[in-house]
Amino acid sequence: MSRFYKNVLGSREGVIGLAILAVIVFVVFPLVLDVFRLNLVGKYLSYAFVAIGLVMCWGYGGILSLGQGVFFGLGGYCMAMFLKLEASTPEATAIQSTPGIPDFMDWNQITALPLLWEPFKSFAFTLIAIPAIPALLAVLLGVAMFKRRVGEVYFAIVTQAVALILSVLIIGQQGYTGGVNGITDLKTLLGWDIRSDSARLILYFVNGVLLFGCILFGKFLLSSKLGKLLMAMRDKEERVRFSGYDVANFKVFVFAVAAVFSAIGGAMFTLQVGFMSPSFVGIVPSIEMVIFAAVGGRLSLLGAVYGTLIVNFGKSYFSETFPEVWLFLMGGLFIAVVMAFPNGLAGIYKDYVRPRLRLARPVAPKEAV
Amino acid sequence: MSNVIAPDMPDKPEFALYVEGLTVSFNGFVAVNNLSLYVDKGETRVVIGPNGAGKTTVLDLICGRTKATSGSIRFNDIELTTMSEHKIVRAGVGRKFQTPSIYETLTVRENLEVSFPRGRTVFGALTFRLTPDVVERVEEVAEEIFLSAHLDRPAELLSHGQKQWLEIGMLLMQSPELMMLDEPVAGMSVSEREKTAELLNRIGKHRSMIVIEHDMEFARHIADKVTVLHQGQVLAEGSMDHVQNDPRVIEVYLGH
Repeated sequence: MSRFYKNVLGSREGVIGLAILAVIVFVVFPLVLDVFRLNLVGKYLSYAFVAIGLVMCWGYGGILSLGQGVFFGLGGYCMAMFLKLEASTPEATAIQSTPGIPDFMDWNQITALPLLWEPFKSFAFTLIAIPAIPALLAVLLGVAMFKRRVGEVYFAIVTQAVALILSVLIIGQQGYTGGVNGITDLKTLLGWDIRSDSARLILYFVNGVLLFGCILFGKFLLSSKLGKLLMAMRDKEERVRFSGYDVANFKVFVFAVAAVFSAIGGAMFTLQVGFMSPSFVGIVPSIEMVIFAAVGGRLSLLGAVYGTLIVNFGKSYFSETFPEVWLFLMGGLFIAVVMAFPNGLAGIYKDYVRPRLRLARPVAPKEAV
Repeated sequence: MSNVIAPDMPDKPEFALYVEGLTVSFNGFVAVNNLSLYVDKGETRVVIGPNGAGKTTVLDLICGRTKATSGSIRFNDIELTTMSEHKIVRAGVGRKFQTPSIYETLTVRENLEVSFPRGRTVFGALTFRLTPDVVERVEEVAEEIFLSAHLDRPAELLSHGQKQWLEIGMLLMQSPELMMLDEPVAGMSVSEREKTAELLNRIGKHRSMIVIEHDMEFARHIADKVTVLHQGQVLAEGSMDHVQNDPRVIEVYLGH
């Protein structure tokens, strides 16, 4: 237990940080926000899965992926396909020329359920596919790129290309994917109406628990020797290689972990928002997700969560208040943060807030232990 | 296993490293040309030569950083030319780079811990525990490289010479049978050089070493044997005195 405590929770400061975030996510938000707003925050928090994955692979591993939307989308689409099949019972789709298949397939003159969709009738398969398919893709990409020692910049470009390819593919294959509209009108999960207020509340908490699970798992990875190796690789890759490590394997692993985190976020997005579309897969959302991590601080798992929330709150605030110029305001905010604080919000805390907290401590009277 | 030696077998010279006909060319430029080199077990070999003689390239070839165009490198009867870098390291070959190559963001202790030869796979690294033997080994090596007092400092705060020692320490953690050092005293003060010579003499007792060096005095202190490289070939080989008096060596290298 004490080892778990030390490895996963880290120092006292780490525990306090986790506790504060837990209070915000599980107590403050549910108390002060109505279900509609809470659902919105839940949507933002589903992006935070991507951001903490980026902290692991970009911040610590030095692998900048500009295509995390691919994994977010794959997770989201897996979940959406299951929900869509559940919503497309022959009774519910009786007016279609082919009842029992998703509506958009019917509109596209498809008369039988495509083979690709068959396994998604099973909830168990879907639950396995959500992490497994993105992980598989990440491993394939990672092996192809890292074993050949493709440089950081080229890797980023290739991940962008993958994001573009996948979004073009989804949009182009309308009959199989729902095209540019995505997969919509998702109603129930195993008969449970996910659009009701109580379901949204429950899903918000499930999302929060999963997010904390990922944060704790991330902390465990980063506190292990693997975490130190990632930092070592970012610093002096050659030295790690000439210390007897197969560097590519470690990169593939952390890239796959980030992919799985993103996919969980994608699936939770679909459940909470009730649809999935290619606008969460392509280049623009992928880069936005990198910005979440950059603003929060790419070396801090908790910072990434705050970064995601703040950027998204900012986005909705600016776009409601200054509808004409909000994009410029957001752009200005990102540039300012990255220029002035390369380690994001977590960096600000580390450089400015923590020293003050530390300074205050010796002056204060000794606390009873 | 084929390498079980019968007790009555005659003694053959025990080469740790056996390099023959090694050639590498980069787009037609022959950096190392039909080079042969034999390093005994426990020997400290110093490689000298003018800039561009191919010294660093030879180390790169042995540790797998550069692939040979032709030739053979055998280490303890294992052919290294076809092996990947991390496997060569695991076979017992350690390599120190010319500029100190350490992990600046980690502490000295963490630098050494990460170099400990256990938990080298992804799963192994996840389940790696700092058992007492690791801690003990880290402290032992830190003592040896004069950094006991600095174990918990971030490595970026070390002086240049201390960084060089730390990298040597990171190699020592792996207990390599063959250690290759590229200009280990470059940029060191006189007293640091003396300490380094003492350190290399001490660690050279248990293993073979190949050291690239420019400083003749330093080379004399540590070398069992010296190899002079010139234009990718061996120009002379032997004791320091023998080499220094070789007219060809004087002409190309020591003369100016």
